[in-house]
Amino acid sequence: MKIFPFILLFVISCSKSISPVDSGFENQIMHIANGSEPQGLDPHIVTGVPEHRLITSLCEGLVITNPKGGPNLPGAAESWDISDDGLVYTFHLQPLAKWSNGEEVTAEDFVWSWMRILTPSLGSQYPDMLYYVKNAAAYHMGEINDFSLVGIKALNSKTLEITLEQPYSFFLKILSHYSTYAVPKNVVLAHGSIDDRNGAWTRPGNFVCNGPMQLKSWELNKSIVAEKNPYYWDAEKVTLNEMHFYPIVNESTEDRMFRAGQLHATYSVPQEKCPVYIKENNPNLRIDPYVGVYFYRINTQNPVLKDKRIRQALAYSIDREQIVKRVSQCGQSPADSFTPPGIDGYFPDTQIPFDPELAAQLLTEAGFPAGEGFPKLEILFNTQEGHRKIALAVQQMWQKYLGIEVELVNTDWKVYLSREMVGDFQISRAGWIGDYEDPNTFLDLMRPNRGNNKTGWENEKYDELIIKANAQSNQENRYAVLREAEKLLIDEMPVLPIYIYVRQFLLSTDVKGWDPNPTDTHHPKFITLER
Amino acid sequence: MLILILRRLLVAIPVLIIVASITFFLIRLAPGGPFDSEKVVSPQVLKNLNEVYNLNAPVSEQYFDYMVNALQGDFGPSFRYPGRSVSEMILTGLPVTLELAMYAVLFATILGLIAGITAAVRKNTFLDYFPMALAMLGICMPTFLLGPLLLLLFGIELELLPVSGWGDLPGDKILPAITLGAAYAAYIARLARGGMLETLNQDYIRTARAKGLPEFKVVLVHAVRGGLIPVIAFMGPAIAGLIGGSFVVETIFQIPGLGRFYVEAAFNRDYTMILGTTIFFSALIIFFNLLSDLTIALFNPQARSS
Repeated sequence: MKIFPFILLFVISCSKSISPVDSGFENQIMHIANGSEPQGLDPHIVTGVPEHRLITSLCEGLVITNPKGGPNLPGAAESWDISDDGLVYTFHLQPLAKWSNGEEVTAEDFVWSWMRILTPSLGSQYPDMLYYVKNAAAYHMGEINDFSLVGIKALNSKTLEITLEQPYSFFLKILSHYSTYAVPKNVVLAHGSIDDRNGAWTRPGNFVCNGPMQLKSWELNKSIVAEKNPYYWDAEKVTLNEMHFYPIVNESTEDRMFRAGQLHATYSVPQEKCPVYIKENNPNLRIDPYVGVYFYRINTQNPVLKDKRIRQALAYSIDREQIVKRVSQCGQSPADSFTPPGIDGYFPDTQIPFDPELAAQLLTEAGFPAGEGFPKLEILFNTQEGHRKIALAVQQMWQKYLGIEVELVNTDWKVYLSREMVGDFQISRAGWIGDYEDPNTFLDLMRPNRGNNKTGWENEKYDELIIKANAQSNQENRYAVLREAEKLLIDEMPVLPIYIYVRQFLLSTDVKGWDPNPTDTHHPKFITLER
Repeated sequence: MLILILRRLLVAIPVLIIVASITFFLIRLAPGGPFDSEKVVSPQVLKNLNEVYNLNAPVSEQYFDYMVNALQGDFGPSFRYPGRSVSEMILTGLPVTLELAMYAVLFATILGLIAGITAAVRKNTFLDYFPMALAMLGICMPTFLLGPLLLLLFGIELELLPVSGWGDLPGDKILPAITLGAAYAAYIARLARGGMLETLNQDYIRTARAKGLPEFKVVLVHAVRGGLIPVIAFMGPAIAGLIGGSFVVETIFQIPGLGRFYVEAAFNRDYTMILGTTIFFSALIIFFNLLSDLTIALFNPQARSS
């Protein structure tokens, strides 16, 4: 029993320690929850949002995402020229651009890096980001073996020339995506070959890149610490000394850590907490726009669902307003289009009405008056409480307004993906986050032979419209054609858009410069800790 | 004794091979593969990835290659984390999990024994009813409930202890150890009480008392030796269970242990990681069971001779 006073003393002594947020403010060290443990730090191999956040702090592409949204800003490239025909981009690299080991960043580094991501044996999952470049797809598919035929050339150590297959007005947007970043050739080759997925160059002590921060330490499932990179070309602007990224998958854990002063920013907010924080006007709650759409895929190969009228009936009988108000409850907006409105000035003019009468009429026209004889529908979703609640709401709406029987099927993530992949579903939950800030990242998805289409819907006219739009050099004309394509998509309804995503998270009031932007990219040089 | 150890170790080898083989084929039967992701990769990329990890080869060939390498201690690269080997990841998470389990065992043993022995000695009094009622509560309360409750009280309301981390902030190991150890403390308390009650009724205890030995000597020297055998028998599987079952506590408290790797590997279909951790946990369970049997043999002459 004599041990208890000591335990008490120990516990009391703990309470005197200063919280990480307070000490972080004094030392300019930011503590950030970062979702799951990152797969790695190799920009050519990883995929995923946690990796995106880390890599955009540690490395820099030719351009960087504008922190307030809009046109990209200069990154590793100081400026660029675009030929009149929109085919040739000439980038002038920052004269002071260096790798974090002090070596110069050269145009040749970019050429080698793009050769690396297009090398088939590397098994990169993002080579298609470069398919817009002349002969890049052919090289990746093995149709040509001479990389000098690919449209990327170093004119001199600081000038890079890129030639496209055809003019793509959104090409600059793509270049802020990490898959287009350069990696340090010498360092990568010192730890493996060009196509070595398992090379040790990304380990602490070996890792070299050209971003505002550099890798200091990486403890698996614990934290990744990035410190200020003194060789960064714009190091003067960087005020943060360190960024600590914590892999936290449990939303409740990060919520508690934030409340205990252990985090400046959480990755998300527990769904049940969001309406509470909104109600009490929590000053730390941030609900920012995000280029993402939550939707249901329809398997158009299904004998019943191949009828457009049935797909429309399903869409028109979902009260999306009620779903965002009563179910998701965290500032999402009901979707009236597949592409979130406002991406780089693109506003689709489609409407998805909530009209149960019209829906019932369409179902009757399709041969199922009041749902009679309609086979039981299955909604497939991966196990997660949020998805289940939405599926339940949709199930009730369809039963109430259309009189059809709906069954909910939830599976583990990988089972769900594999069933979707082989078309073993009728309706399946889905979400899509844009890779870059342009409507193409959404509308391209639904073209025939796109792996992520998964609905079996193939429409030649739609495909022609997308091709036609991307050939337009004038942005207004291009958007007009894309709006036409969007209208066709919403009329055909192979997907049922439900709501437009938002990024909800908790942010300390100490953090300044963490501006809302559609791709949720936060370049460290714009972030400061102030009180 | 040496023969017993040797025999048990020899039996362990085929057990581990069977465990590895069943796991190898079971995970390949599960739908979905390691490279399935929401953003679908092209067939060309998938083919390249499968080639990199030898997944294009016939399953029998993959099995043979894996077993040959595993027998040499090479569990292969992780599919989910390029550039990391499974052995490296196990060695990274293991010390943390072992430390957490050690604190939990320490907490459970000290608290459980004090409560159990006191309850037995003061049978049918408040000192019996109260700890045993608490023990029942401890057994019933799952860690995913106890952990957040302790966090809300000591971390958020009283601000006495950190709510997460491992070795970063002072006192951050206290709540995870208590959360993980609580249920085991409760089991130990009940087992210790039962064992002690039985021993305290034995003739040799009566003889000791008749000889005029002080009560604390009767209890702590003579009765404990026999009374704690059920507790010792429980400790082997319990320690293995603590190590293998620390996933929930590791997630709640953000602890970088092996339990999280294990469960996440299953969700990610990280074949080599699932296999490596399964084999490793099986070996641990076998080892702690053996340790527990040996300790019983030390305490109990009957078990030693059999």
